[in-house]
Amino acid sequence: MTAAEEERSIAPAPILRIDGLTAHIAGQQVVEDVSFTVPATGITALLGRNGVGKTSTIKAIIGLIDRTGTVELDGVRVDREPTYKIIRSGVGYVPEDREVFSKLTVAENLRLAERDAAPRRQLVEELFPDLLARSGQMAGTLSGGQQQMVSLARALLNTNKILLVDEPTKGLAPKIVAEVAETLAEAAKTVPILLVEQNLQVVRQLAEGAVVLSGGRVVHTGNALDFLNDDGLTQRLLGVSTEAAHTEAAHTEAAHTASAQTPAPAEKGAAL
Amino acid sequence: MSTLVLLLFTGLGLGALYFLVAAGLSLIYGLMGVLNFAHGAFLTLGAFTGWEIARRTGGDNWWTFLLSLLVGAVAGALFAAFTEFVLIRRLYQRHIEQVLVTVGLSLAAVALFDGIWGTDPVFIQGPAWFKETTDILGARIPNDRFICIIAAVLVLLALVFFLKNTRYGMIIRAGVENRSMVTALGIDVRKAFTLVFTIGGAAAGLGGVLASHYFGYVSPLLGGSLLIFAFIVTVIGGLGSLTGAAVAAVAVAVLQQFANFYLGGTGDFVVVLALALVLLFRPSGLLGRTS
Amino acid sequence: MTTETDATETQDAHGATGGTPAGSRRRAANRGAAEGTHDGGRAPLRLTRGKVVGAAVGIAGVVLLILLPLLNLSLPGVLPGPTYTPGSLQLLAMCMLMAAAALTYHLLLGVAGLLSFGHALYFGAGVYGLAIILQNLDIPLLPAMGLTLLVVIVLAHVVGSISLKVSGIPFAMVTLAFAQAGSVVVGRNPEGITGGDEGLTLRTNNLPDFLVGVANTRNLYWLALAVLVAVFVIVTWVQSSRAGHVAAAVRENELRVRVLGLQPYLVKLLIFVVSAVLVCIIGMVFLLLQSGAVPRAVSADLTITLLVMVVLGGVGSRWGAVIGGVFYTILDQRLTTLANSDAIDALPEILRIPLSEPLFILGTLFILVVLFLPGGLTGAAQRLARRRTRRGGDRVQKSREILEEAA
Ligand SMILES: Nc1ncnc2c1ncn2[C@@H]1O[C@H](COP(=O)(O)OP(=O)(O)OP(=O)(O)O)[C@@H](O)[C@H]1O
Ligand SMILES: [Mg+2]
Repeated sequence: MTAAEEERSIAPAPILRIDGLTAHIAGQQVVEDVSFTVPATGITALLGRNGVGKTSTIKAIIGLIDRTGTVELDGVRVDREPTYKIIRSGVGYVPEDREVFSKLTVAENLRLAERDAAPRRQLVEELFPDLLARSGQMAGTLSGGQQQMVSLARALLNTNKILLVDEPTKGLAPKIVAEVAETLAEAAKTVPILLVEQNLQVVRQLAEGAVVLSGGRVVHTGNALDFLNDDGLTQRLLGVSTEAAHTEAAHTEAAHTASAQTPAPAEKGAAL
Repeated sequence: MSTLVLLLFTGLGLGALYFLVAAGLSLIYGLMGVLNFAHGAFLTLGAFTGWEIARRTGGDNWWTFLLSLLVGAVAGALFAAFTEFVLIRRLYQRHIEQVLVTVGLSLAAVALFDGIWGTDPVFIQGPAWFKETTDILGARIPNDRFICIIAAVLVLLALVFFLKNTRYGMIIRAGVENRSMVTALGIDVRKAFTLVFTIGGAAAGLGGVLASHYFGYVSPLLGGSLLIFAFIVTVIGGLGSLTGAAVAAVAVAVLQQFANFYLGGTGDFVVVLALALVLLFRPSGLLGRTS
Repeated sequence: MTTETDATETQDAHGATGGTPAGSRRRAANRGAAEGTHDGGRAPLRLTRGKVVGAAVGIAGVVLLILLPLLNLSLPGVLPGPTYTPGSLQLLAMCMLMAAAALTYHLLLGVAGLLSFGHALYFGAGVYGLAIILQNLDIPLLPAMGLTLLVVIVLAHVVGSISLKVSGIPFAMVTLAFAQAGSVVVGRNPEGITGGDEGLTLRTNNLPDFLVGVANTRNLYWLALAVLVAVFVIVTWVQSSRAGHVAAAVRENELRVRVLGLQPYLVKLLIFVVSAVLVCIIGMVFLLLQSGAVPRAVSADLTITLLVMVVLGGVGSRWGAVIGGVFYTILDQRLTTLANSDAIDALPEILRIPLSEPLFILGTLFILVVLFLPGGLTGAAQRLARRRTRRGGDRVQKSREILEEAA
C-alpha cells in the first residue's frame, strides 16, 4: 500500500481530482468530505457496500445533486459549472440503472447523446452490432443488457477525458457481464474510467486503483488487487470475504466469462 | 339526430380551444414540473391583440382574421417567453415558487388588461362566413366551429411533427421522461424550457383569438375561465402527454355539451365528476405515466 | 445481482455485524424520526424565553384589540377614521377575519404541505350555506350555523378524500377544479337560491339584534377578534398535537412515516377537514359582517388571495399568516382608495392604468416577494434582527423547505 502511494506521487497529473466533496439528499448527508484522485490512465474502482454513497458521489461530481467541494477535471475546476457544461468539457456518464429514454428509439437515444462534431458512430456500431439492428425500436422495450449497451454507447460516442460508469453489470447475465467488462477494458485503452462495481470479479479483472467508501466517506485508497487480496480489509469494508472468489478466479482466469456470476456459498456464510 | 350532430360539433369546437390551452400546459408541466397559472393570461393577451388588429384594420375579412391569428400567437409567444426567461428561470427547480410567481403574474396581468381594455366584454366581428351555418346531416353548424377544429388539428399535427422530427423535439420528449439525464448528456435543457413556454404561449395566443370568435367577445376573464377546464383536461389526459391532452380535451368538451343539453345544464359538474372518477381509478390520467 | 451484492445486502438487512457509519447513521435517523413524533406531544410544555415573550406580546395585543372600539385613536393613512367609528371597525374586523382565514391556509400549506387551490370552496360554503339557510328556513342563527358546518364537514371529507389521491401540483389542480364547480353553481343560480352575480343579502329576521346594523359593528368586531384568537389557538394546538407532528414528518419524508406504520393519508385528510371547518366558520362571520354573500367568496381569486397572504407573511409561520392577512387587507383597501383619487387621475395613461389597478400592484408585489424575499415579511424581519443579534434566520430556510416539500 505504501508502495502504491509512492507510485501515485510520482505518477503523471490525475485526470480528476475531488477535494472535500460533500452532498446532501433530502436533508441527509450522503457524501461527506470525500477526496480522491483518478489517474489519467486505466480503470479506478469506486467500491463500498450498498448505500454508502457511491452513486451519490458520481452524481455530485457532475452536479446532478447539490454539493460543495472542489472538482477538478484535467486541471480545471468545474464545480461551479452546470451539469451540461461539465459533461461537455469531456465527461462520459453511464448512470446506474441505465436510464435510457424508454419512449425514444434506440437511434434517437444515441443521436441525443452526440455532442462531438464527428461522433464515433462507426465505433459504436462495431462494438454493439445488436443496436444497429434495433435502431428503430423503443429503448424501453429493450432487454436489460441491450439497454446497458445503449447507455454505454451514449458515453462512447464522444471523445471524453474520463468515463464515469456506475454499476454497468447490475442485473445482467454472466455472458453479458463478460461482454460489458470486455467493452470497458477496450475503452480503458484510450480513456480513464472511474468505475462503480459490485462484481468483484470484474473489479479484479479491470481495475488498477481502488477507492473504498463507507458511510459517505473515503475509508481506503490504493491498488485494487492489493485491496481485494487483503481478506481482512475487504471483510471489514465490503462485508465480504474475497478468499473464495480469488481462489476460484485463479482456476477460471482463462475462461473468465463463466465465473463472474457463479455464486459461492462460502461467501454468504462468511458474510453472516 | 341533428341535435346530436350540433352538440358534437359544438363540443369539438370547444374541445379545440381546450386543447390549444392544454397542449402548452401539459408540455410545460411535463418538461419542467411547472403548473402555469399565467397560461390564461397568455390566451387573453392573444385575444385582445387579435381584437386590436381586427379593430384597427377595420375589415371583417379573411386577411384581417388570419393576420389577427398570427399576431395573437406572436403576442402569446412573446409574453410566455418573457415569463420563462425573466421569472421562471430564476427559480430553477423550485417548483412551488415557480407556481406562485405565475399566480402573481396572472393576477397582475388580468388587472392590467382590466385597466387597458376595461372589465366589460368587447364584442368581436369576424368574416361574415363565421356567422353562417353549414348543413351536416340536417344540423346547422355555425361555421366558426370548423375554424376552431381545423386550427387545433393543424396545431396538433405541427406539434407532433416538431416533437418527432426535430432535435429540440427529441430533447423535449426525453426531458419529459427524465430531465436530469438530458443534462447529463451535455444538453442545456433550459433552452428547451424557453422553447416549450414559447410554443405553449403561441398556442394559447392562437386559442385566444379563436376563443374570441367562438364566444363572440373578449374579456379579461376569458383566459381564466378556459384555464380551469384546461387544467382538468391535462389531469385527465395525463400530465405531460400531448396526445392525452388532445383526447381529453375532446372528451371533456363533448361530455360537457351533452350534459348541458340533456342533463339540465350540469355540464361543468359532470366534468368535475369525470375528473374525480379518473383520479380514483387512474390517478396518473388516461395517458399519463403510470409510476 | 452478483454474489457480492447479495452478501452485503443480506448483511445489511440483518444488521448483524453492521457498524458501518452509514448503517448506523441511517438507523439513527430512523430512530430520530420515531422519537420526533413522540416528543412532539411534549413540545408545547417546553417554554423558551422567546415563547414567553411571544405569548406576553400576544396577550397584550389582544387586550388592546378588545379595548380598541372604546378608544379614540387615529391611524391616518391606514384607517379611514378614529378607531371607534364603524368604518374603521369594519376594516379592522375584515383584517382579523382574513388573518384567521390565512391561518387556516397556513394549516394546509405550512403544516401539511398541501398546496390547495380550492380553499375558497369551504369559505364560500360558510358564506352561502348560512345565507341560504337563513333565507329559506325559519331557524335561529346557531342551529343554522350548525347545519352549515355539517354540510361543510361532509363536503370536505368527500373532496379531500378524492383530491388527496394525488399530491403536489396535481393536488393543486384538482382542488381548483372542485372549487370551480362550487363557483359555477353559485354563478348559475339554480332556482334562484344563490342570487347569481348579484349575490344574496343577509336576511336578518332570525338574527339576534346585537349583530344587526351599523351601530352594532363593534359587536361584530369583537366577534371577529374572538374568531381570530380561537383560530390561532386551535391552529397552534393542531400543529403541536400528534397529528400535527405526523403531518410535518409526512411533509418531510412521507416514505419514512409510512415505514413507521402511520397513515399519512388519514392525517392529511384530518388536517384538510379541520382547516375547511375553520374557514367555514370564518366565512359565516364574514357573512354577518358584510351582511351579504357575493360570488367572490367562492372564487379561485379568494383562495389565491389567501395564498398570497401566507406567502407575503412567510410560509410556515403562524404570525406570518396573521401579518400577511392584515397587511394585504389594509393594502388592498388603501390601494383601492388611491386608485380612485384625483392624484392618480391626473397621471399620464402609462402610469395611471397600472396604478389604478390594486391587483396589479399586489400581484407585482407578490412576485417580488417570491423572487427576492424568501420567508416573506417575517423572514425579512428575522433577517434584520439577526443582523443585529447574529442569530436566528432559519425562518427563510424553513419556508424554502416547506415549499420544496409541497412540490
Ligand atoms: N433520492 C433519495 N432520497 C433519499 N435518500 C437517498 C436518495 N438517494 C440516495 N439516498 C440515500 O443516500 C445514500 C447513498 O445512496 P447511493 O445511491 O449513493 O448509494 P450507493 O453506494 O450507490 O449504493 P448501491 O450500491 O446500492 O447503488 C443511501 O443511504 C440512500 O438511501
Ligand atoms: Mg449506486
